[in-house]
Amino acid sequence: MDLMKIFLVALLVNNVVLMRFLALCSYVGMTNDVGQSVGMGFAVTFVTVLATAATWPLYHFVLVPLQLQFLQILVFILVIASLVQLVEFYLKKNIPGLYAAMGIYLPLITTNCAILAVTFENITYKYSFIQSIVYSVGVSLGYLLAMVLLAGIRDRMKTSPVPKFLQGTPILFIATALIGMAFMGFSGLIK
Amino acid sequence: MNKLWKTFKQGIIYENPLLMLMIGLCSALAVTSSVSNGIGMGLAMTFVLLFSEVVISVFRKAIPSSVRIPIFIIIIAAFTTMVDLVMKAYFPDLSASMGVFIPLIVVNCIIMGRVEAFSSKQPLLPVIFDSLGMGLGYTWVMVGIAAFREVLGNGTFAGLPVMPAAYQPILFFILPPGGFLVFGLFISFNIWLKDRMQKSMKERA
Repeated sequence: MDLMKIFLVALLVNNVVLMRFLALCSYVGMTNDVGQSVGMGFAVTFVTVLATAATWPLYHFVLVPLQLQFLQILVFILVIASLVQLVEFYLKKNIPGLYAAMGIYLPLITTNCAILAVTFENITYKYSFIQSIVYSVGVSLGYLLAMVLLAGIRDRMKTSPVPKFLQGTPILFIATALIGMAFMGFSGLIK
Repeated sequence: MNKLWKTFKQGIIYENPLLMLMIGLCSALAVTSSVSNGIGMGLAMTFVLLFSEVVISVFRKAIPSSVRIPIFIIIIAAFTTMVDLVMKAYFPDLSASMGVFIPLIVVNCIIMGRVEAFSSKQPLLPVIFDSLGMGLGYTWVMVGIAAFREVLGNGTFAGLPVMPAAYQPILFFILPPGGFLVFGLFISFNIWLKDRMQKSMKERA
């Protein structure tokens, strides 16, 4: 029950893009078409879960015993960066099909703040390992959801008359504001 | 001197990181629900930007270009950690209300972008002006958005009541969707302003 709550809160109530403004760069930049946004969404999901699985034990079994918690930022960003590199090498060599689909997104992921934020929050919220994994899955699927929603809307917007002063980037933020208002409704899900 | 002033102005107006280059958006929207948060975040950002750019500019000839990105990240992360610890120690309330966004300065595209594009190639003096310009350009937009949202959404400016007592705060502007809306309008205004400036420049020419 507890895990379900963590998952739902991360996915809908505190949606990572719409409610918490994380990962906005890729949200604006990578939603030109639905296929691309799905690819990016899954790439982020994959790396987020891996990063959680790597940083949580590292923090609790290495940094805490050595009393090096202040190195948290430094260590986590390096772990994520090298993890992304490793995943890239692995995919390139062993699963070229997936690499062709996901490869271009991977370098961008290192600077995706959602991933780093998730790894920090697992520590701040004092989640157990299982809870951290569930939380990271929830957050990154929430990201995927927001990406696909905006990509769909952008598809429709190409043929609709947008007021002249909102054309281009501004309308994306206005549309996001409207999606966000709809998502406010989910706050009733948890008591 | 003239050239330095121009570098400074680039960041504040013509290449404003938030409104023109559209980078570093996450923190800009997340912490701007109150003016004090906006100022705090802006100054924290300016500090990290200034010191990382200065350090990288000083050591730019010693850093081998093949491993420069990890080195940049380590330097930026070191200054971010400093800011994070100082904020936690001296401004615990501010730090708590900004939460995870202080550590996230480390992946803020503004810093990485400026370091890679500017300070890894330029000598110390222009770098100082560039980082101050970019940092303050970021800060003023933050404060602008925050002022708009806080006055409408809470009836206060940096915690002081400014609206008449009968004013019913529009909670919407403090909530996340309000942030997106205000930011969208800010960009729209900025595009309009840029167009007008270019037109008047053409007329003068």
